[in-house]
Amino acid sequence: MSAGTADGTAGGGGAQVGVVLVSHSGPVAESVATMAIGLAGGATTPVAAAGGTPDGGLGTSAELITKAARTVDRGAGVAILVDLGSAVLTVKALIAEGDELPAGSRLVDAPFVEGAVAAVVTAAAGADLAAVTAAAEEAYGYRKE
Amino acid sequence: MLDAAFFVRWMTAAAAVLDREADRLTELDSPIGDADHGRNMQRGFAAVVTALEAEPPATPGAVLIAAGRQLISSVGGASGPLYGTLLRRAGKALGEAPQVAAEELRSGLAAGVDAVGQLGGSAPGDATMLDALVPGVTEMSTSFAAAAEAAEQGAQATVPMQARKGRASYLGERSIGHQDPGATSSALLFAALAEVAQ
Repeated sequence: MSAGTADGTAGGGGAQVGVVLVSHSGPVAESVATMAIGLAGGATTPVAAAGGTPDGGLGTSAELITKAARTVDRGAGVAILVDLGSAVLTVKALIAEGDELPAGSRLVDAPFVEGAVAAVVTAAAGADLAAVTAAAEEAYGYRKE
Repeated sequence: MLDAAFFVRWMTAAAAVLDREADRLTELDSPIGDADHGRNMQRGFAAVVTALEAEPPATPGAVLIAAGRQLISSVGGASGPLYGTLLRRAGKALGEAPQVAAEELRSGLAAGVDAVGQLGGSAPGDATMLDALVPGVTEMSTSFAAAAEAAEQGAQATVPMQARKGRASYLGERSIGHQDPGATSSALLFAALAEVAQ
């Protein structure tokens, strides 16, 4: 992983896409991150959890989200997965703000847990942001009955 | 004409009224939401006032942009990004003019209201803040007092509506009969505007 490269796209040994997991609950975000990394074979993909409020309550924190996104940004884009209500709206508002999140940050329209696993596995394989996003979004298509 | 000081007074008055009404907003939010709307708005606008006092912006647009930014970063619930977007988008529409006319404020807020509808994917009739914001902004062309009255009536008109957005929407028909807390806090913003314009 060559941190700091601007052209970190698939293949070519570029930087990996970062993944941010935004839940209303700190433990949920942390656990889903751990599970996704585990299922990706202990991948070294940069993944950060941004769950709950800074004081440990339930809710969404713009501050934790921007911090997490900066932490995982390697210049190849950041895929942001969210759970409910204010998590969705806060990320959309931050993206609309323009300069709050790293360039190439994207809200991924995917189920939270399944999407997180797909995103981390795909990012670990060196895929670019479009491929990571597509993999996470495909998780909506997997029916359970 | 309205200058930056007027907009700071508006935000300060809004913080005061939201502080006074926090318990009522939370009561409205208890049966249909997660009982935090009053506290969230109180905390958000307190942060707005602190930020405006620490670094008083020079233009009306800058006041609203700074206020919106504070709301997004400090509220913690859906009202943060929604009100943040309302004020920030309105502030951007006002540009860098040192003073604005009431009509410019109306059209700036109208742009903010459009952005809120887009962000939340909602429309009037869904029992959301838009049910107070839309009539409020429309009546601003008459007077700020008329806007406050129209927004208050809009908030009351959410009582028989079925909520179609947010946590209240999970309740389906059981959301009917409750006044929407977001529409209620939106009406309070217009009340604060009418108060400082007197």
